[in-house]
Amino acid sequence: MDNATLPRLLMENARRLGNRVALREKDFGIWQTVTWRQFADHVRAFAMGLRALGVERGDKVAIIGDNRPEWLYAELATQAIGGASIGIYQDSVAEEVRYLVEASDARVIVAEDQEQVDKIIEIWPGLRGVLKVIYYEPKGLRSYRQPYLASFPDIEEMGRAFDHAHPGLFEAEVSQGHPDDIAILSTTSGTTGKPKLAMLTHRNLISQGAGLLAVDPLGPDDEFVSFLPLAWVGEQMITVAAGLQCGLTINFPESIDTVQENIREIGPSVMFSPPRIWENMLSQVQVKIQDSTRLKRAVYEWGLRQGYAMADARFNGATPGLLLRLKYALARLIVFEELKDHLGLRFIKRAYTGGAALGPDVFRFYHAIGVNLKQVYGQTESAGLSVIHRDGQIKFQTVGTPLPNTEVRIAANGEILVKSPSVFIGYYRNPEATAETLRDGWLHSGDAGYFDEDGHLVVIDRAKDVMTLSDGTIFSPQFIENKLKFSPYVKEAVVFGGNWPFVTAIINIDFANVGKWAENAQISYTTYTDLAQKPEVYALIRRDVERTNADLPPAARIQRFLLLHKELDADDGELTRTRKVRRRLIAERYREIVETLYSDQREMEVETTITYQDGRTALIKTRLRIEDLEEAATVETNGRMARALAR
Amino acid sequence: MANGNGASLSPPQLEIDSVSLDFGGVRALSNVCFNIYPGTIQAIIGPNGAGKTSLLNCISGLYRPQHGAIRFEGRNIIGMAPHAIARLGIARSFQNIELFRHMTVLDNLMLGRHIHMRSGVLSGGLYWGRAQREEIAHREVVEQVIDLLEIQSIRKKTVGTLPYGLQKRVELGRALAMSPRLLLLDEPMAGMNSEEKEDMARFILDVNEERGTTIVLIEHDMGVVMDISDRVAVLEFGQLIADGTPEEVRTDPKVIDAYLGREHAIRQG
Repeated sequence: MDNATLPRLLMENARRLGNRVALREKDFGIWQTVTWRQFADHVRAFAMGLRALGVERGDKVAIIGDNRPEWLYAELATQAIGGASIGIYQDSVAEEVRYLVEASDARVIVAEDQEQVDKIIEIWPGLRGVLKVIYYEPKGLRSYRQPYLASFPDIEEMGRAFDHAHPGLFEAEVSQGHPDDIAILSTTSGTTGKPKLAMLTHRNLISQGAGLLAVDPLGPDDEFVSFLPLAWVGEQMITVAAGLQCGLTINFPESIDTVQENIREIGPSVMFSPPRIWENMLSQVQVKIQDSTRLKRAVYEWGLRQGYAMADARFNGATPGLLLRLKYALARLIVFEELKDHLGLRFIKRAYTGGAALGPDVFRFYHAIGVNLKQVYGQTESAGLSVIHRDGQIKFQTVGTPLPNTEVRIAANGEILVKSPSVFIGYYRNPEATAETLRDGWLHSGDAGYFDEDGHLVVIDRAKDVMTLSDGTIFSPQFIENKLKFSPYVKEAVVFGGNWPFVTAIINIDFANVGKWAENAQISYTTYTDLAQKPEVYALIRRDVERTNADLPPAARIQRFLLLHKELDADDGELTRTRKVRRRLIAERYREIVETLYSDQREMEVETTITYQDGRTALIKTRLRIEDLEEAATVETNGRMARALAR
Repeated sequence: MANGNGASLSPPQLEIDSVSLDFGGVRALSNVCFNIYPGTIQAIIGPNGAGKTSLLNCISGLYRPQHGAIRFEGRNIIGMAPHAIARLGIARSFQNIELFRHMTVLDNLMLGRHIHMRSGVLSGGLYWGRAQREEIAHREVVEQVIDLLEIQSIRKKTVGTLPYGLQKRVELGRALAMSPRLLLLDEPMAGMNSEEKEDMARFILDVNEERGTTIVLIEHDMGVVMDISDRVAVLEFGQLIADGTPEEVRTDPKVIDAYLGREHAIRQG
């Protein structure tokens, strides 16, 4: 194990597991299989193809595209000849692609299809040093004549010929690989500016996968559906870091629109998703139940009550009574099994959420229906994962306890520090950022947290976001935002409060769910902007805000909110590509709105520029209403008085 | 656009030779003559009532012109029944969606394969041996169409529940499932928003490029027509007034006069 690299693990699997299924891809309506041996053969052919093109040890290969076997072939082929891959989120706009290709010095770009190739062609004139652009979905590309374009099978063919002419070269390249070679450059989510490229070595990834497997063993009989971007470290963690060690089968969905259906067909035994996916699934259930018959709704609600009672008993470490166990068994039979089957979670052994905090209410829901959802904590810089919930020791306020091999401590200023073999070796070509993050072997996470009485780590928020309210209460905007997002009608929320006298929120409604609600309530609307400004919608969201407030200490309660006229969008830079809110940027861009929230005005006029998918821009002008919550009025007045006095 | 230059090199795939069509005393088409070349995208444009759909109906065998000949790969098809023409390799879609609304997308597409089914009632009914093998082969063809048109996610959805733009795409799929060599599309983008139109145009180009299918297209959106067609034929009052590349047609004074209006021509002048 000490000498392991990812390509060597693959070659070992090809020997050990040979004709067992390594990958599955749904294509032409059928799950097409790739065995471990075929997987290794593709990697070998493409690796030799890269060599034939002139890619050398230490070179970088950029990969952009949806999850397909070719993505993994390209990654492992690059690593087999001593290079490193860099995954680029497939929805990145051309400028973002340019930035990452240039920042990583990529020599070859593997681009899935016409959509991605078009982006490369757009930025090509400024690119230096890129040898080839290789696509694997030829549709629409037949008439492209750019000399730098080549198809994936052609490069593989070239590689096979090269392999034939240079016997033993592939084996020599693989055995030359060292665990401390860089395996991937992983983009940080970049909530604060341009993404940085974290250098992760084979050792980093393999020790991280080993750590996960030591806690939660997986094997060749386990199934995983890979549908989140492979550029995300979390997806790399299961498919590559853990997957190659345990021989897990990776399934790639037919298209982005069929993910839910394909998950259901496979019935995966393990899932790892950011909170957004769990929140979406829950919203779907809530909306469908609302649409269902009264009887079904009653049965569902009864079942869920038993589920919650059972889950709470377990969380508290209590032994549930016989009656509750009987009721739970019945609820499982008539509600949960069916529900889980619909969600594709029927065979799930363990489900993980990570990348951001998941609201406690969402967490409770999954445990109520019998899904073993566990929080993990980590960052790109620690290869994705360093702290995890152990089975049977789930506390939804915490992220669990450190993996074996991993030390976590809290710095004097409350920052979480991590030390483990999985901690990265630095940012690519960015020694200043590296020196700031990596000090004496400790990874400075930038998150604030503490250990609770059971030794579980509690993450409060990004250290920079943790705020002290006017009365000295410490609060985390993310905690409140997650509470709001439990509502199926709230898609995003941005909470302000730190430097202000009281707490306010800018809320994004969920267009699909609120739209459906409006249809049922016979409210007509035209656009997102129009829907968001309906008084009825304000009343609807107000109920969710009041529910959120009920669980919060008085000083942290939301006193005013408004529904934003546009959806926060990654294309506008308001969200990261992993859909995290860029708080500072939003505060800056919507400064006028935030200031109005703290004024006496009850409505305001705004103008914003939006960017369409094709790059055109347009100006929208609209009137926004601000909702006051009366119960909080006194506090609000106090706040204003305090502010007045301070002046 | 891909095969634009090939147009004049190969013999025509479809010859429309002096075709005239009368409904009682009304002359819908009058002595229309032009050729369609294999692998091209041929647009037919013209004001409302110019005879565009009538011409398509003559090609697919729904109407029978009184004069002239329509030769598909050298063979006169006037007088042949529509299903016989379909079997020769000519498929079409309609201006108003003509799908089985209560059936799934997959079933509608499988029906498109009907003209190629060979097994009889008995073996088909037993669904055994040859009939089963045949069904699998047809399903494969249909799946390739589904892949090409990116409609995997609606494979099992009932057509009637789909939004309009998607239904139009399914209709294109049903025509494609017949594996035609010549595809007639009657206003495939009617009633679509610009995003849906862009998608549809891309699929038409993909079909043309990937499968080499010749496409005859009636369309009102001039932007789309000029963008994707290799050749454009212009009809007015049942007469062909121009036939050429988009550039030639765009600058043809007769076309400007008839189609874009005299005023426009004056303003341009």
